[in-house]
This record gives sequence, C-alpha cells and structure tokens, in this order.
Amino acid sequence: MAKIIVVTSGKGGVGKTTSSAAIGTGLAIKGFKTAIIDFDVGLRNLDLIMGCERRVVYDFVNVINNEATLNQALIKDKRTPNLFILPASQTRDKDALTEEGVQAVLNELSRDFDYIVCDSPAGIEKGAQMALYYADIAIVVTNPEVSSVRDSDRILGILQSKTRRAEAGEDPVEEHLLLTRYNPARVQVGEMLSVQDVEEILAIPLLGVIPESEAVLKASNQGMPVILDDGAEAGQAYADAVSRLLGEEVGHRFLEVQKKSFLKRLLGGK
Amino acid sequence: MSELCFQLKGSVVTAIVLELYRYARDDFSAQLADKVRQAPMFFQQTPVVISLEKLEPDQGAIDIDDLLALCREFGLRPMAVKGAPGELTALLEQRGLALLPAGNAGRAVMPEPEPKPAAEASGTPEVVVKTVVEEKLVHRSSKVVTRPVRSGQQVYAEGADLIVLAPVSEGAEILADGNIHVYGALRGRALAGVKGDEGARIFCQSLEAELVSIAGNFKLSDGLRETVWKSPAQLYLQDDTLFVKPL
Repeated sequence: MAKIIVVTSGKGGVGKTTSSAAIGTGLAIKGFKTAIIDFDVGLRNLDLIMGCERRVVYDFVNVINNEATLNQALIKDKRTPNLFILPASQTRDKDALTEEGVQAVLNELSRDFDYIVCDSPAGIEKGAQMALYYADIAIVVTNPEVSSVRDSDRILGILQSKTRRAEAGEDPVEEHLLLTRYNPARVQVGEMLSVQDVEEILAIPLLGVIPESEAVLKASNQGMPVILDDGAEAGQAYADAVSRLLGEEVGHRFLEVQKKSFLKRLLGGK
Repeated sequence: MSELCFQLKGSVVTAIVLELYRYARDDFSAQLADKVRQAPMFFQQTPVVISLEKLEPDQGAIDIDDLLALCREFGLRPMAVKGAPGELTALLEQRGLALLPAGNAGRAVMPEPEPKPAAEASGTPEVVVKTVVEEKLVHRSSKVVTRPVRSGQQVYAEGADLIVLAPVSEGAEILADGNIHVYGALRGRALAGVKGDEGARIFCQSLEAELVSIAGNFKLSDGLRETVWKSPAQLYLQDDTLFVKPL
C-alpha cells in the first residue's frame, strides 16, 4: 500500500508545486517508487517544473473519465528512476475531479507505488479538497508572512475534518510544516516572521525550512526539480526535509544569516 | 408607514389547555377550585383552550354555558375549544369562541404539577419546590477539545463549559453557554454565556484574542492590549462591565 502525501497550503504562490516536485524527486532518489499527481486541473504547472511538458499525451482527467489507462497517462521521469508524473488537464476545470474517479486512480497507483504525492491547487474549494481527501500525510507549505500562516491554519482545520481518515474516525492525517522562501536577514530586521513565530501559531512539527533562493526560480525555468541542484542551499534543504519525512534525525540548516568573509565582502561577491 | 391602522404579525402566546375527560358540575368545580387555590395569581385573566378530544365516550351532553361560566368564575378566560363535536359548533360560534381542529394532542399538556404556578404562588407546596431545585442542579459535563481550534472552525459547548487544551487560532470561534477555559494561546474569538449567563467567565493561558464576550458584553483586541496581553488572564462580568484581570 502506498502512502499518500498531499502538498497543500491554502494560499497560492507559496511553493506547493516546487515542493511537490522536489519532495517527490527526493523520495525517488531514496529508492521509493513515487508518483506525483497534479491536482491543479485547468492551471497545470507540475509538468513544466518537472520538464516533461512536451511529453504530455493523456492526463489525470482522461484517466478518471476512462479515456486512457493509467499507464498511458503516467510519464516516466527521464532523470530519476522510480519517478512518475501524472499531469493535470489544461482544458478542463476542477469539476472534472470526482470522488470515485480520484479514488480509483489512487487505488490503482497504490498497488505498485510506495509514495503518491498529490500537488494540491490553491484555495479551499473542490480541487484542494479532492487533493487532501485521501491523504495519509500532509505537508503544509507556508511562507513566513501572516496571510500565508492564516491560510495554512485554515487548511489544517480542513485536514482535521474533511479527510477520509477524519470521516472514518481513523488516526488523523500526519501533519508537517514546510516553511519556504525563508530569508534569515529579513527575519533579523523584523520584516518576516521567524520559524519560532510560525511554529507557535500553527503548532505542528517542522519538516524543513527552505531558504529563499535564486536557484529555485532558475530550476523552475529549466524544468528541473531544485532538489537535483546539489550546489543550491534550497536543494540541500529539500533533501534534508525528505530525510526527516522518512524518519531520519537531521538538524535544521540555513536558519541564521550567513556571515560574509572579509575577502568576499571586499570582492562584493555573494 | 404611519398611514397604516394596524399590522398583522404572527406570534406565539402561552395558553393553558384544559383537557376535559368527563364533566360533572360539582366535581369539576371542586377540582378547579383546588387548582386555583394552589396558585391564585396564575389563574387571573388566563387564556384557556378547552379541549374535548379526550372526552370519555360515555360522557353525555355537556352544558357548555355552565362550563364556561364556571371557568370565568375562577378567573380563566376561555378563548377557544379544540376538537368540538359537530353538534356543538353552532353554539360555540354563537358564544364567540374559536374552534380549533383536533390534533397535536398531548403536545401542549402542562406538566403536573405545573412548576410555573408553583414558583409564583405564595403558599408553594413543598414537593413542587423540590422539583425545581433538582432541575437546576442537573449536571452537564463540559466539552473538552484536545486539538487546536483552527481558523474557520467553530466549537460550541451547548449548555456546558468548554475546555480547550490547545491553541485557538486567529479566525476561529469558540462558544459556550457556560465558562470557557483555554489552556493554550487564545487568538480567536471566545464567547462565554452566549445564552445570557452573566456569571460565565473566560480563563486563558495567553490572552491574544480578537474578541471576547460574556453574555453579549464584548471587548475587541484593541481594548485588551492595554490591560493583560499575551499572559494568563480571566474575564468576568460585573454590573454589565467586562473586567480583564491577570491570573
């Protein structure tokens, strides 16, 4: 049986798709057979970030409507073995997602995958609710600012009440906080909420802190998950987060302002 | 608007239903006199609906005028008759009484003995007082919430206290008919005594609320920041003023 992970946030633009791509890739690198599903029907992005947009023939909605088989729609990642992508449809809307259809796809995937990562759309409407309904684990992506934190809080409330686990009275969905776009320098001058502030408000365990980084934008534009960029702090932070998700004890990095060396300051380097 | 002479409004008026089982003038008079003696105030100018639905089948014709006169003598004001047999309708209409169809039988039956007249009566029988006190002492267990109350969620402890062992987020709302205890940060809205209990209180470990209210008397966060903020506090009502005190 696969574990179903939903990457969700409530608010848009906080880094759900970037995180889904990075974490899905990270799990595959660790040797787990992983599928990433784009639930953002109508605004599909995951295929771009994963660099497989030109290989999309059939999509999630085709599978739900029995117009294609799952094997026809799944795209095998070229860089990482064990990794598959199920893209969203660009020409449909969220109403195309039916509870039975989503369940059938997840059941079929569960048979031979270890992890299924569901990339949730923004908002708390049908698309987002379908993405989290069958989840075992939730990764709540939050930016260190008040509106994002409040939306994450709202999503946590929905995770408590509107999931299959909640309705069946099973163990609650495992919740993790992933803080993205963290800039220690701006936290220091009080322009951004600190890790402690966000942890205190949301009161869920911290999975990782991803520093704000140009590498993320660069990786997105190149269609490569940032976790594959070993040189980037953001990539290393995602790798740490994947290890923690698998139960390893890894210390948090990139929380403090990096002091520039005298020579670097002299040369004006970064 | 002022040109209108009147306005029709739907309203619910409390009335006594006198459910007649059998009618014999002397017995009826004696029983009614006994009732009225128990609670004289209650039976003054009291509207009453006479129900003939439960009339025993072997009861012969009733002298309606006699029955109405007796009722009026004891202060009752018959306004309608429920479930009257066909042969009586003309007579009742003539006497100016409304005719109500049968049905809903038993729903409006006053409990026996009636707690309300007993409370108002001067010479209250002992048994009745006991019943009233017991009703007030009925214990309803508190509602206990162990998980955080998130933005957009609402928790209501009906007829009870509410105990939250986790934070209450901004944008969340917790309500109780009784007291509210929050053993975590209270950042959302907390309303105690929502059905008007002015003795209700709010206790919290860290007061950061958007709004607090006791029996409808509320304070917004701006009014709280000046007093006890981000520290343990209790809130209570005294002479319609909401007080915030550190714990």
